[in-house]
Amino acid sequence: MSEVTALGPQTGRDTSKVVASCAEAISDLRDGASIMVGGFGLCGNPEGLIAAVLDHGARDLTIISNNAGNLGKGLATWLNAGIVRKVVCTYLGNNEDLHRMREEGSIETEVMPQGTFAERIRAGGAGIPAFYTPTGVGTVVAEGKEVRRFDGRDYLLERALSADFAFVRAAVGDEYGNLRFYRTARNFSPLMATAARMPVAEVDELRPLGGLDADDVHLPGIFIRRIALVREHEDPFEYRTVRPRREGS
Amino acid sequence: MGRTRDEIAARAAAELEPGMVVNLGIGLPTLIPGHLPEAHGVWFHSENGLLGMGPFPEEGDEDPQIINAGKQTVTVVPGGSCFDSALSFTMIRGSHVDLAVLGAMQVSERGDLANWSVPGGKTMGIGGSMDLATGCRRLLVVTTHTTKTGEPKLVRACDYPLTARGVVHRIITDLAVVDVAESGFRLVECAPGVTEAEVRDATGAELLA
Repeated sequence: MSEVTALGPQTGRDTSKVVASCAEAISDLRDGASIMVGGFGLCGNPEGLIAAVLDHGARDLTIISNNAGNLGKGLATWLNAGIVRKVVCTYLGNNEDLHRMREEGSIETEVMPQGTFAERIRAGGAGIPAFYTPTGVGTVVAEGKEVRRFDGRDYLLERALSADFAFVRAAVGDEYGNLRFYRTARNFSPLMATAARMPVAEVDELRPLGGLDADDVHLPGIFIRRIALVREHEDPFEYRTVRPRREGS
Repeated sequence: MGRTRDEIAARAAAELEPGMVVNLGIGLPTLIPGHLPEAHGVWFHSENGLLGMGPFPEEGDEDPQIINAGKQTVTVVPGGSCFDSALSFTMIRGSHVDLAVLGAMQVSERGDLANWSVPGGKTMGIGGSMDLATGCRRLLVVTTHTTKTGEPKLVRACDYPLTARGVVHRIITDLAVVDVAESGFRLVECAPGVTEAEVRDATGAELLA
């Protein structure tokens, strides 16, 4: 993982972005790479790309993701495979694999406020090297950071985040990499795609150019360099909460 | 005596008004919608990227890609919207959310909140707590007045790691409703069947009448 002053990773000149498989999409992954992975817990995970990394065999990885898996699924499979050196996240929650490895000291973790996490990634993709935020002032998050007062209120200086790869999952993509997300599976994915040198999309459905109306594009294709079609996803429930069906519904 | 968890949630529900944008933290705050009338008119915000969060889905309608910040399956109400995390925290940090309702481990008489980490305990992480506490226009805390071992949670100064400084406006507990005023804690009301003396006994700081 590197902190950037200017990203400049993408040429925008990829003539053919669609690849045959997730394995092909990550074939140039190297040991020690930093990877942003979309998803809020297990919701919106690029499941095909996550599985492909296990098969690829790259190690010593840095994960930048909100939770780094849960219930032994998603990125927890990387943790359990012993291929992760560091996790940059906001919440460990009930991710017992991460708690255990953190206590053993077998993994490094950097935990930060979720809004700061999102904005650091957004800044990383937007050519903004750092920004001031009120979040974390007067807490452990402020340790070692510049505090500056604007209009009578204190703010922390936070640096932008970028990564070697971003793996995101979208409901629909076209051949240029224009993406449309579904419900709360969107979360960090559009931000991450802007902040990585090699942003890769895994889409449930792939359409030809024109298959997505220009006004329905959530993330323009300029931010995606490779696209793999993955029709089937497990989409596990983390906590299935329901109420009884009403009569006649 | 004092209020049960559900009764704390019911009292907190009375703070919500039609048209308000409200973010509920995990735990006790999630019980609040159960105490609102069906046509409550409140817009619930979930920091994972949803405004207009509805109740849990009817059995059989659950969708793993429609969840709240606690990763529970939820629904989207008519007029609801989904968005990315940066926009979600623009709503929070930019003071567009009217009210956040969070749990607490400690609240100080200056309105400092500690709710994310217990020294020596397993740290769950920060999540959206610091942004919510810092950015929302008004912060309501719902909690028991004391810990399981009887230690006051309303204290002069927090000794647990802080979530944010000087942010809490009102605290609703099993024993009372307490405001954080300029000069410290101010008793707004005692819970039914609870005396002012009992509230004072359970509070670890001065309590203004």
